Amino acid sequence: MSTMKRRTVIGTVPAVLAAGTLAACGDDTEAAATGKPEDLDAALEKGGKLTYWTWTPSGEAQAAAFTAQYPNVEVEVVNAGTATDEYTALQNAVAAGSGAPDVAQIEYYALQQFVLSESLVDLTQYGFTDLESQYTASTWAAVNLGGVFGLPQDSGPMVMLYNQAVFDEFGLTVPATWDEYVAAAEALHTADPNRFLTNDAGDPGFAQPLIWQAGGRPYNVDGTSVTIDLQDEGTRRWADTWNRMLQPGLLAPIPTWSDDWWKALSGGTVASLIIGSWMPGILEGSVPEGAGNWRVAPVPSYDGSPVTAENGGSAQSVLKQSANPALAAAFLRWLNSSPESIAVFLENGGFPSTAAELASAEFIGKAPDYFGGQKINEVCVAASSNVATGFQYLPFQVYANSVFPDTVGTAYTEQGDLNAGLQAWQESLESYGEAQGFQVN
Amino acid sequence: MPPHAFRPPRRDWRGWQFTGPFAAVFVFVFIAPLAYALWLSLFQNRLVGGNAFVGLENYQTALTDPQLWDGFLRVLVFLLVQVPVMLVLALIAALAIDSARLYATGLFRLVIFLPYAVPAVVAVLMWGFIYGDHFGLAADVNELLGTDLRPFAPSWVLASLGNIVTWEYVGYNMLIFYSALKTIPYELYEAAEIDGARGLQVVKAIKLPAVRGAVVIATIFSIIGSFQLFNEPNVLKPLANNVINSYFTPNMYAYNLSFAGQQYNYSATIAIVMGVITAVIAYVVQLRGTRREDR
Repeated sequence: MSTMKRRTVIGTVPAVLAAGTLAACGDDTEAAATGKPEDLDAALEKGGKLTYWTWTPSGEAQAAAFTAQYPNVEVEVVNAGTATDEYTALQNAVAAGSGAPDVAQIEYYALQQFVLSESLVDLTQYGFTDLESQYTASTWAAVNLGGVFGLPQDSGPMVMLYNQAVFDEFGLTVPATWDEYVAAAEALHTADPNRFLTNDAGDPGFAQPLIWQAGGRPYNVDGTSVTIDLQDEGTRRWADTWNRMLQPGLLAPIPTWSDDWWKALSGGTVASLIIGSWMPGILEGSVPEGAGNWRVAPVPSYDGSPVTAENGGSAQSVLKQSANPALAAAFLRWLNSSPESIAVFLENGGFPSTAAELASAEFIGKAPDYFGGQKINEVCVAASSNVATGFQYLPFQVYANSVFPDTVGTAYTEQGDLNAGLQAWQESLESYGEAQGFQVN
Repeated sequence: MPPHAFRPPRRDWRGWQFTGPFAAVFVFVFIAPLAYALWLSLFQNRLVGGNAFVGLENYQTALTDPQLWDGFLRVLVFLLVQVPVMLVLALIAALAIDSARLYATGLFRLVIFLPYAVPAVVAVLMWGFIYGDHFGLAADVNELLGTDLRPFAPSWVLASLGNIVTWEYVGYNMLIFYSALKTIPYELYEAAEIDGARGLQVVKAIKLPAVRGAVVIATIFSIIGSFQLFNEPNVLKPLANNVINSYFTPNMYAYNLSFAGQQYNYSATIAIVMGVITAVIAYVVQLRGTRREDR
């Protein structure tokens, strides 16, 4: 209790102090909203100091390459936590009115939440709309939320990674449809009860891309009115398919990213993953035992057409609290659109969001030994152009994901009906949305 | 009588000079946060529509919030089972060490106390690995003995948590009881010996009555600790996937509302409601405990 109170207060006491500061800064904010494209180069010339929050492995190296090119600018890279941990810190800084960085990494799904709280700078004023052609359609759609509120860093078109050695041992063929996938899951688990075709212990960051891929469009956001339908046709299609694996126990109940998961991947206990195209690099680095065994294939489809969805991926955004938004925007422009920066990002195993890199012969031609010499990027690049359009996240998606385990998670634990779990989730989201002043359904 | 004796007493600030530094820190660290939480609890800051004064509406919501009371009931069950088990174990350990029949009491005292010195987060992570039923110790035991131990199963997770908390705090409570036992004057034992009291009789007639006050204190601490349950379930949450939910304990609920849901106001309300309940229960226990002592 006392810890709780103290935490609450630490997060919010500065809000009172900041109220005055904000009022005083009112004029500056006005000025910032009328920035011009020319301001960026002028700001780079003039120099200054920036703080950049990121958990991207190449963050430090990119900042170093930037300061080598622009010695007048000093960039302090801070790892303020990964994903939700960072958002918590960011939200607190926004609520407090001070302490936010100039530039921060924000995943696509969480971006809208920060746009809604008016924490981010609309980069349209700096002419960022001209950069649209550099990015894939799906990543640009993710940052173009009634204004350009960030630049895409990477993308995660979903592909299927599978362990060829296990597939060979059990005589499995690579499933092209979900029906074949379910059949393969059953065949593998029946042949060896210790093995599973894939794992899923209930993860909102995984379920939603799968719903997206199945054609579900459960959220519809129009300003402050929100429609939630977690029982629309596409969402049900996913849930019904997944029920066929969940209920008979064909899904390994191992949380993704847990120690158990890495062990299961090394040991061949989990034989395939439906996951973003950023995974091959991570797998190669983290599961050396799998060298030569893994392959990449398109995600199984429902009707034979090669549709996929984005799984993860982040943008970088400029915070309104930035004292020097023009310089921050100039850094961001360099960070996510200059070939120098993207080269550093790719060296560290990232998967790009920029059309030029995705189309480059060097990138597509890579044939890593880890994947048996397969040109895996051919599959991944094809996936990036097959991402279905029109999927929206909620403007309170971070909270929504935090209560997923309470509702849909229960269906996973009980091996029950995912549709029932989704309905419970929907109720919880509706009441939260209403309490927060949204017009829901 | 000389006239100056009637002079009104001069205002004297010397007392304040002594208490001032304490009072300043006390107000800043205790009173201000409490007042601020109370203030917060009277507002609602919505994502759409901004901040508005809502009076006691948050309290109304809290009193009928099924998730809050679900968490409350859970810590209550935890409290009713875990606290007696822990305190009885601690008392037995204290009596054993005090009995002078044990060899190397210093070592025992230290070993039993040691878990308390391990940071809670480290301890819970360690237990998390022990409990793991895929690759943890539980999995190894299951494989070796053919058992089906699943400490993270929904029906077991509260017991698993109770085990961790008991392990952590037995030593601490033992030390409280042991120091109470140490204050018993030697003459009492001498008198008991002359009266022919032996072993358990001494325990029953002298030792237990003497530690009653300490037991009341330890019980109050444990009640407060149970209602505050946060660290242990929160650290286990990623390991006990889906089983420990976001409103598993009232504190976890308040934490999630505040940090994932940005509902600082409602979170403050819950903190205050739980604070009042804890204070009332602790006070009742103290009243009952001391009354029995008077008898």
